[in-house]
Amino acid sequence: MIGGAVFYLLAVATVVATLLCVTRSNPVHAVIYLVHAFFDLALIFYLLGAPLVAAWEMIIYAGAIMVLFLFIIMMLELAPGGKPLTVDRQRWIPVALLSLVTLGCTIVLIIQDPGGAANGTSYHASPREFGTALFDHYALAVQVVSFQLLFAAVGAYYVGHGEPRRKEGKAP
Amino acid sequence: MIVPFAHILILAAILFVMGLGCALARRNLIMILIGVEIMLNAAAVALVGGSAYWRQVDGQVFVVFLMAMTSAEVAISLAMVVYLRRRRGTLEADKFDGMHG
Repeated sequence: MIGGAVFYLLAVATVVATLLCVTRSNPVHAVIYLVHAFFDLALIFYLLGAPLVAAWEMIIYAGAIMVLFLFIIMMLELAPGGKPLTVDRQRWIPVALLSLVTLGCTIVLIIQDPGGAANGTSYHASPREFGTALFDHYALAVQVVSFQLLFAAVGAYYVGHGEPRRKEGKAP
Repeated sequence: MIVPFAHILILAAILFVMGLGCALARRNLIMILIGVEIMLNAAAVALVGGSAYWRQVDGQVFVVFLMAMTSAEVAISLAMVVYLRRRRGTLEADKFDGMHG
């Protein structure tokens, strides 16, 4: 079965990308390798019959959370800069290999099942089933989680803006 | 199932241990947060694997809750990072060893 081979290839790529992420000294490189690990994880989620979770892994984790990390790193100037932007072959080899594995697995999955309808013989959660479970069975939990997000937004605003306002209060 | 459930759990365990090692060994606050992210993703892998194994959608619903919780955690902790950087001028976790109050 080709899905199993793709799973093991993606699992190895995920572990390698995460290992590279954990060992980087430059936080920007660590974040980029983690984004790559999330791409591989999204493909694994798709293979395991969770297409919606795969899409949200890309959109929320790779698209929103990791970009927030990058934004904070660049805002606080945490990355060691000053190096010229030359092509460093030692740095390019792992990136190229990981990208090739991810691209190859994606192409294999597309060729195997272009519509994305059957997804092999394994379990496949349809959007209807997912939505019914989320908003019917777990409706209360959805509300609790949305409250938690609201509190987090208020808390982040308070912590982020606490310092300048205190200075304003002291000045007069 | 395309692969045995045990192999999915092994992948989740490897990812979790790497995240734990990152959170424990690194002393930069950003890298500690990245380690926490890796650990939460390992939990997501285990949840999706369980969802495929038992053919129930509940595991995937919990991954959605996990993502919402991660967003809240990252928002608060990155605001704390900005605050600490402004206040103390460093992000080394070992420097934050005093308490006011």
